[in-house]
Amino acid sequence: MDALSWGEIILRILWQFMPVWIALVVTFALSMRFRRHLGLYGKLFDSPIGMIGYGMVMFWVFTGIFGGAFDMIVTHGVLEQSATMKNKGPGTPFSQLMGTPDPNAYPFYLLGGDNLGRDVFSRMVVGAWEVIKIAPFASLFAFMVGITLGLPSGYYGGRLDTVLSFFANLILAFPVILLFYLLVTPEIVLTGIPVYMAAVLFVFPIVFLVLLWNSRYHTQPSRRNLYVGVTLVIGLWLYLGIAWDADPLGLVSFPPNLLVVFVAVVFVNSPTVFRIVRGLTMDIKTRDYVAAAQTRGERPWYIMLWEILPNARGPLLVDFCLRIGYTTILLGTLGFFGLGLSPESPDWGSTINEGRKLLSLYLHPALPPAFALLSLVLGLNLLADGLREESLRD
Amino acid sequence: MAMFILRRVGVMILTALCLTFIVFFLTNLYPNLEKLAKTQGNFRMTDEEVASYLGRNGYLQPMPVKYGQWLGVVPGFVIEDQDGVTRGHCISQDTSPEDAPRFCGILQGDWGYSTVFKEDVGHIVGEKLALTGKLMFWVMLLMVPSALILGVLAGMREGSRTDRTLSTVAITTTATPEYVSGVLFIAVFASSAVGLKWFKGTATSAADGATFENFFLPVLTIALYGMGYIARMTRASMAEVMTAQYIRTARLKGVSFPNIVVKHALRNALIAPFTVIMLQFPWLLNGVVIVETLFNYKGFGWTLVQAAGNNDIELLLGVSVISVIVVLVTQLISDIGYVYLNPRISVT
Repeated sequence: MDALSWGEIILRILWQFMPVWIALVVTFALSMRFRRHLGLYGKLFDSPIGMIGYGMVMFWVFTGIFGGAFDMIVTHGVLEQSATMKNKGPGTPFSQLMGTPDPNAYPFYLLGGDNLGRDVFSRMVVGAWEVIKIAPFASLFAFMVGITLGLPSGYYGGRLDTVLSFFANLILAFPVILLFYLLVTPEIVLTGIPVYMAAVLFVFPIVFLVLLWNSRYHTQPSRRNLYVGVTLVIGLWLYLGIAWDADPLGLVSFPPNLLVVFVAVVFVNSPTVFRIVRGLTMDIKTRDYVAAAQTRGERPWYIMLWEILPNARGPLLVDFCLRIGYTTILLGTLGFFGLGLSPESPDWGSTINEGRKLLSLYLHPALPPAFALLSLVLGLNLLADGLREESLRD
Repeated sequence: MAMFILRRVGVMILTALCLTFIVFFLTNLYPNLEKLAKTQGNFRMTDEEVASYLGRNGYLQPMPVKYGQWLGVVPGFVIEDQDGVTRGHCISQDTSPEDAPRFCGILQGDWGYSTVFKEDVGHIVGEKLALTGKLMFWVMLLMVPSALILGVLAGMREGSRTDRTLSTVAITTTATPEYVSGVLFIAVFASSAVGLKWFKGTATSAADGATFENFFLPVLTIALYGMGYIARMTRASMAEVMTAQYIRTARLKGVSFPNIVVKHALRNALIAPFTVIMLQFPWLLNGVVIVETLFNYKGFGWTLVQAAGNNDIELLLGVSVISVIVVLVTQLISDIGYVYLNPRISVT
């Protein structure tokens, strides 16, 4: 079999992404159809920049879900090596040195093979899943921590604010890479420090939700008890499983090396969110509706969570998009320095790091993950820009 | 003003102490020490041998005491060994125990000894810092003017086509981390696979003599990531200034547009970017680590990676102290400069 020409490679790649295209078209068609009923999300489709950004982000989200979770787009296994495919260029027909090749195997390496003879295309696709399953949740956790601490800090001010701000600045003054090198090493993992940090950081979402329900429904005890109870049962169950790996039912667990990465990323992001929330709170608490709520005799946490927080949603949403992008960059940095994730992991940072060593001879192993990471982060930035524009308009 | 500066310096020193203690604590945890003992002694040491090695070298004292000794505010330990040899924190091979000073921490200028480079930490750090200083100098020289020009051009007519184009460029550069742009640059300009070969893919030789050929790519890679952010800040600040009353007055009295931008708007628009540029330093430090690793430029960031990767505790501590101090001092300058430049803010 001959190697594919560039035109054929592009056509075949586009064909492999078919589930993603279908999902994208459906998403956009539905969103455009009902955009007048979808609030800020619908307004996003009035801004071309926001739409482009959203498209780029959703492309990688769908790629991650279909390729990583459902095994649809990938052409070869991400860990399968073939000695004859070592450093072969894009479009090379698939061959194996040992054993009989599987007759159903995809006949080409669409974007070539890396220095261990693994398929670059499949690794790039599964790399998207590595990002999609960590970055949004890490950003969400960072937001929970930042909001739970930033609201009281900005609302009460005083000594509480001084102490919390001091700690936030302490973490911010740390060069991120130094922090990663100190936290994400096997020796530190042995001491259990990341687990303790996870234990502290993962309490915040539960605290946040309990405060949220309690402050809203404390006048209706039956409803309050239901919401708080459900939150506590599910939250503590997940908490035991994820942070301590001690789920009594044995269902929830979290790979230890992934936990370290997750904790490090949340830890680095939280102080910035804290500062943003604190600043917004200080601004919003001087508004009339806050004064009205105070006069009404509402309790502080109700004012913070149900008066101030909803009115800060615009800037927070924009920052959330940017933060997912920044988290993606941080994950790539970790992979680039070979910290945390396993060396065989197909995440983009590790693949770029492996590919760069041969860059003067072979371009194809390093460039696809580099462009993938670039386009995802760019998409998130454009999306944030579109959201900012639309949320300022009203 | 003096009170403000004094308070800020006080907070800064407190922060520096906390941060160095955290780094000290994390690097001196037992698994790290065990690894150190095994690399210094031999890899087949039993647990007892490790413990006795660490005890002999003063690693098993309480953490605050060790930190004090390292800092130089607690007298260095002196241990009389069973074989009659006196070991101490301040006693090196060529000084006798009687002549050794009582205190020897970083405050006395004694930074310790690197186990990887077999040299004094103070010496290595100084040498590497000079190399990174050279890199940073060129980065600043490229990044700051181009970012300001980009931002001012985009911000002076908000919403125009120039603004849209330049803003998209700025967003793209902020979305490209150094390890992506660096790889792309090497692939395009330095790889034999493309064949342009305008620049060199490594900057190792730039340590001795930097030329355009071996130094431009690393400088560009760091500058590009920071540039977008500064440009966007400048743009926002410029756009805000351009809507101010006094700009409208100037227009109405017939001042030409270039004159308004240069003489009226620019000075006020540059206050915010000044802070941003100073606050970029911690981020630039990240960029330096990535780029120096990528281009194999043996500066400060490269040293950090070597020290952290090889469990070289004293070197890592030295590198951390310097980077923490650099970050804190630039934050201090940024705070003071902001108050100084902006007449609307008063600290009293």
